[in-house]
Amino acid sequence: MSSAAQLEKKPVKREKLKKRRTFSRADRLTLGVFIGIPTFLHVALVWFPALATIYLSFTYWTGIHIEDIQWAGFANYENIFFNTPIFWDALRVNVVWLVWFGVIATPLGILLAYQIDREIRGHKFYQSAYYLPVVLSLAVIGVIWNFLLRPDGLVNGLLGLEISEAVSFFGDDRYNIWVILTMASWRHIGYIMLLYLAGLKAVDASLREAASIDGATEWQTFKRVVFPAMKPVNIIVIVITIIESLRAFDLIYIIYGSSGGLPILGVLVFQNIAGEGASMKGAAYAVILFLLSIVPIVSYLRQQFKEDVS
Amino acid sequence: MTMTDDQKSKRETEKAQKAETKLKRSRGTQAVKDRVISVFIGFFALAWLFPIIWTFYSSLRPYKEIRAGGVLSFPKELNFNNYFEAISRMELPTYFFNTALITLPAVFLILLLGSLMAFVVTRYSFKANVALLLLFTAGNLLPPQLVFIPVFKMYLALGDLVGDRRFLYDSPFGVILIHVAFQMGFATFVLSSYMKTIPKEISESALVDGASVFTHFFRVMLPLLRPPLASLGVLMTTWIYNDFFWALVLMSTDSKRPITSALGRLTGEFVTDYNLLAAGAMIAALPTLIVFFVLRKQFVSGLTLGSTKG
Repeated sequence: MSSAAQLEKKPVKREKLKKRRTFSRADRLTLGVFIGIPTFLHVALVWFPALATIYLSFTYWTGIHIEDIQWAGFANYENIFFNTPIFWDALRVNVVWLVWFGVIATPLGILLAYQIDREIRGHKFYQSAYYLPVVLSLAVIGVIWNFLLRPDGLVNGLLGLEISEAVSFFGDDRYNIWVILTMASWRHIGYIMLLYLAGLKAVDASLREAASIDGATEWQTFKRVVFPAMKPVNIIVIVITIIESLRAFDLIYIIYGSSGGLPILGVLVFQNIAGEGASMKGAAYAVILFLLSIVPIVSYLRQQFKEDVS
Repeated sequence: MTMTDDQKSKRETEKAQKAETKLKRSRGTQAVKDRVISVFIGFFALAWLFPIIWTFYSSLRPYKEIRAGGVLSFPKELNFNNYFEAISRMELPTYFFNTALITLPAVFLILLLGSLMAFVVTRYSFKANVALLLLFTAGNLLPPQLVFIPVFKMYLALGDLVGDRRFLYDSPFGVILIHVAFQMGFATFVLSSYMKTIPKEISESALVDGASVFTHFFRVMLPLLRPPLASLGVLMTTWIYNDFFWALVLMSTDSKRPITSALGRLTGEFVTDYNLLAAGAMIAALPTLIVFFVLRKQFVSGLTLGSTKG
């Protein structure tokens, strides 16, 4: 006790003591192992491969012998931009996906969170109902929706259509993207709702009360008081919306396989990189995907590391 | 603009009165509005659950009944036969075992290495702390497609080096490693923001007592990390359980794949019997449904730990 009190009085000495004790030989070794193993794994399997892919996207390589790698300059990118019309189709689908998520699904999730946070009647049940799809895997989601939408499924049954004249919801270009977006939103809305709900719990309740006493309507309260107070969560939600829209892969793959029934960047990458016969056009696709996600990644990091850096 | 105190208070009372009458009126309309909102959200909540309920209902019926009478036909037979058949014919126990073989070690390693990393970064002051944390968090956000080609090649090369081509590629070990490398970034980030809220004095007293770094971590810090570790553990288990991409691209033998990736293949193979597939999907969803019903608190807090920093 007395030594602790002494140390309290003499911060300089305490600092010295801490330093000496912290970095004994054994401790230095322990610390080295503690950060060494995770850092090695992370760098070797994430950052090194990421940089390698960026390099490979400027080369020709069949992916078998390292000696065969040939510098290609921007040839892979030129090929994608000028000779691969499907790239633009895929990009269009990704953009539609992003706009749908940004304009419809995410705002709906936020709205739901707001209403449920106000504890309207039945809010506990509602919350569970919307949250359920979030835990399901996309493979299961694919099976579930297939049940409703396949030619002899429920929707065609309700429309009174025989199998021969049934609407092909996944095959018909007029419907497929909207069907897929509905399925994706089924999960996304609940996800956003959960994130937002957690944020709303942290907003000071007195703020809202004050607004209501001032005679603000619910909409005004949300727009002028709650929404601005939620800025950090808003940024995260926007970032997640963008990243999810760009990464979309699983759902499409489950429904169409690698055939690309609905072209989307994630599947284009997959078509070009999976298996033994990889082409570095796939690397270029991956880099394009990465470049598109840089802005959301950086804004996420800026939001999360604001205090650390300043 | 200048105002005397008298004018000011007069205006204030007027404002308050006005607000009060407005409030009374708006409370009445708000109650009506809330009722409408509640019904509206409730209707959609039921619609939200419907696809799952329908799939469950279908899984209880034999497919031949639907072929004969259509989807809307009245059920003559409702039982769990599809479930028994799914378990035996789809070899679901094997796939569950594969999933466990990947998920359990991966989650354990993610939590262990993530907490080691977070511990060093928050408790010892190195210059590189923020940089390391940034590296890990950013790495977690990279699109998986960006790292795939080199990881694939490295796995094959390492396999050749050891003399067994399937040492990492097409082996649970390789899938575990890539999950650990990626998700560790998220775990480190979440755990380090949690550790920042643990008072420094706890560490200091441990150091004064002469505890080694090893003791400091395992005896002092780790027990305090139980709540975030539980949440992260549940979240990571769900994510890895639901993962589709890595098991798909890093494994080539179907019988080694985890259940969610296998479900994709089963979709093709058992395409003749949709109701059997429905039963398979329901079984595959079972662990995540347990998370939903039993561990929801941990799941939700794990999900929001990363986004709201707290």
